[in-house]
Amino acid sequence: MSVGNGLKIAVLVFLVSIMQVSAFSSIRIDGAAPDLLLVTLVSVALLRGSITGAVTGFLAGLVVDVATLGTLGLTSLLLTLAGYWAGRYGETTGRGRPHAPLVATVVATVFVELGGYCLDALLGGPVGVRAVLLALPAAVIWNALLAYPVFALVRKLIGSTERVERAREVELLV
Amino acid sequence: MLGVNVRRPATGKPPSRTTSAFRRRVVFGGLVVLALILITVSFRKPDDGPVASAQSAATAVLRPFTIAGERVAQPFRDVYGWADSLLTARSDAKRLRAENAALRQQVIQNQFAANENDKLKALLAFRDGPRFPGDYTGLAASVIARPTGGFAQDVVVAVGSKDGVAVDAPVVTEDGFLGRVTRVYSHSARVTLLTDEQLAVSALDVKTAASGIVKHGRASASTLIFDRVPKKLEVSVGDTIVTAGWRSSKLASLYPRGIPIGRVTSVGQADTDLWKQVQVQPFADFDRVDAVLVLVRKKGANP
Repeated sequence: MSVGNGLKIAVLVFLVSIMQVSAFSSIRIDGAAPDLLLVTLVSVALLRGSITGAVTGFLAGLVVDVATLGTLGLTSLLLTLAGYWAGRYGETTGRGRPHAPLVATVVATVFVELGGYCLDALLGGPVGVRAVLLALPAAVIWNALLAYPVFALVRKLIGSTERVERAREVELLV
Repeated sequence: MLGVNVRRPATGKPPSRTTSAFRRRVVFGGLVVLALILITVSFRKPDDGPVASAQSAATAVLRPFTIAGERVAQPFRDVYGWADSLLTARSDAKRLRAENAALRQQVIQNQFAANENDKLKALLAFRDGPRFPGDYTGLAASVIARPTGGFAQDVVVAVGSKDGVAVDAPVVTEDGFLGRVTRVYSHSARVTLLTDEQLAVSALDVKTAASGIVKHGRASASTLIFDRVPKKLEVSVGDTIVTAGWRSSKLASLYPRGIPIGRVTSVGQADTDLWKQVQVQPFADFDRVDAVLVLVRKKGANP
């Protein structure tokens, strides 16, 4: 990945992280808010692969944790895992599939919501599992609605050609 | 194919796919471990230590961006809030209407309770005061029913024979005489008011001691007349009329002496009449009776 593209991704994810914590998190319907950051991360990971997905997720989570004065590393861990998985999915099963953004977004949303609850519970957080389960469908629907438009925008911004590993050498068996 | 220049991998060098997988796992593992370390340190020392200091500094750096984001997002949030309020206005209005109805009902009930409380307090004050007849005990009771007929001058009170109430027991309010018990059940009793045509009570003018009978008036249900007052006796407007409570050798009035009935509002006499024509405005409000005192004669008291 070129430096320019890496910078583009960094700026994009940074801006989306800021917008997520300052704007989107407050738009709540049925207890859930649209997670634009997660959808963007999934799109980046699908287009750029698992390493980019994991690194982007880690840094985006760090921004969120810092901006929200949360436990440092908590969102990083979740988004690292989500970005890595989405990247691997894009590199393998979901490669070239039109439904890949939707499937990856839905799975990542469920994972981040439930994983976030588990980590929070481990750290003694006050959120009840009932509230999380009640908010989960709305969160999935929100993010699923965003999946295709965000994926298209991100592809337009960062392109999709670099993900395919170019053959550097040809091996002929004679 | 012969003659083609072919590069072969050096012996011992791992293929590129393996290298890529290894690098991927190392990066991923490193990030996860780093995140876990951050969580541990941040959770253990959330307020001090190097991680907290770094987080504080980073927060200060991010602050302008979050403020800018907040300002940029504010108009959109306002639009969202407006649209959301439009969507939920109908259900909100329905919910608020139901709440309003419930609160209105509660206010009415509270008002009723407060009014009843005031009246019962006044009754108790009357019972414990000097105007209350000494030979009697006052049973405070709420009015629990009123006949539906417009001409019926009765009320039903929530005390009965189990409480010691008997037929003909006098009934008063804190304002004055009200009527007498005409029917008794175990836990309730019917009280016929003084405004009923069938009821009359012997009375006297406190000031002049002119005696007569107070009964319902012909002009209106709320006005009484002081009848059978001889012309030679003096009665003036403004005089107070009370129960006479007479007693002869064998008979006695049903009502104790001195219970206020009303005030004289007009006095007249015609040459052809035997008696004075005296109108009395009752002290008790017969149209708004909510609580009463039923007088029960004490054991051992003179009948």
